[in-house]
Amino acid sequence: MLDKERGRVLIAKRVAKELKDGDVVNLGIGLPTEVANYIPEGIEVTFQSENGFIGLGPAPKEGEEDKDLVNAGGKYSSILPGGACFDSSMSFTIIRGGHVDATVLGALQVDEKGNLANWMIPGKMVPGMGGAMDLVVGAKKVIVAMEHTAKGSHKILKECTLPLTAANQVDLIVTDMAVIEVTKDGLLLKEIAPETTLEEVKEATGAELIIDSNLKTMEV
Amino acid sequence: MNKFRTVDEVLDLIKDGQTIMFGGFLGNGTAESIVDAIVKKGVKDITLICNDTAFPDRGVGKLIVNKQVKKAIVSHIGTNPETGRQMNSGELEVELVPQGTLAERVRAAGAGLGGVLTPTGLGTVVAEGKEIIEIDGKQYLLEKPLKADIAIVFGSVVDKKGNIWYNKTTRNFNPLIATAADVVIVEAEKLVEVGEIEPENVMTPHIFVDYIVRRAE
Repeated sequence: MLDKERGRVLIAKRVAKELKDGDVVNLGIGLPTEVANYIPEGIEVTFQSENGFIGLGPAPKEGEEDKDLVNAGGKYSSILPGGACFDSSMSFTIIRGGHVDATVLGALQVDEKGNLANWMIPGKMVPGMGGAMDLVVGAKKVIVAMEHTAKGSHKILKECTLPLTAANQVDLIVTDMAVIEVTKDGLLLKEIAPETTLEEVKEATGAELIIDSNLKTMEV
Repeated sequence: MNKFRTVDEVLDLIKDGQTIMFGGFLGNGTAESIVDAIVKKGVKDITLICNDTAFPDRGVGKLIVNKQVKKAIVSHIGTNPETGRQMNSGELEVELVPQGTLAERVRAAGAGLGGVLTPTGLGTVVAEGKEIIEIDGKQYLLEKPLKADIAIVFGSVVDKKGNIWYNKTTRNFNPLIATAADVVIVEAEKLVEVGEIEPENVMTPHIFVDYIVRRAE
């Protein structure tokens, strides 16, 4: 199995390979944000920020921050040439209306029906769903990018036990151990990370895996 | 019609127990001078409608820390630990609403609609107790309009009639809440003469604005 840092880079690079020229993409906070660093050459992707703009660029240099320009995490941000600002209703017209091609989010749990739980742990952590429920329902493709387990305990399950963010919406799970597609028959294991065995992936997964006849090593 | 007021004058309109909407996303685009004045006056039992509860020292987060809010209708509270603490101790009621649904509920109230039908929240706790309506074979949740007594808007540039232009990401919920309250107060970062904002650049038309307050230096 890869160490934590190499695992994170692998996830971000592998998710980036899923994006296509012209895609409108919303990246969640944390690991998903790193996907922006690995967009394949020759491909133009437009990033959407749910607080109200498209054309999300990199964080500004120190001293170049604009107090009126933040990302959905409240951090200073930048807008690339050709970007556009709008209000929250337009932002969610884009998100809910199916105008976002892919959303990349972290997860607390994801299950074999494509159910996702990523917004609360009752009694412990209740940050609120923010825009996540709309994103997961509205985006054409929902990609979960996360570490395969939470320090060893299963996150990919037969059935989520935490309150759901949305039902049956996840399309693809990319982790530091594997790439798994959610199909109507269950979880299809398509790729395994370098330096990782099939046994390790099975052990780290709390649901049945269907092994793809064309099982590959994750390439990035 | 003169819409100018001092912060103290508009504070007379803000009373205990009112429902108050604020613009702003994690404090970006929130009328900080008016928030500070409400903190100072100590208005109590506010029902707060806003995207989030910002940070303890920023935006509407200050109202939470000062225990002036009895109920918060928001999409996110994670950046203000005090909101979670008061919620867990039973001092504060929190209604969490998906962000897109919150925007549309406010818009519905302002647009005279009886509600909106959204797929967001189906199969989750958000759907509990709500009517599910099927349209052309697809299920939707019925979400009802959200109205307020007062809307407190932030405007980057405001002309003397009350036309508003918002800079970059300060727009967020501001144009929506400006349509959905009995009394609408805008805090102007920059005040200009009528005509200085071109008509096609006006983002909130002046007819929605009742009072204009200048942001404190």
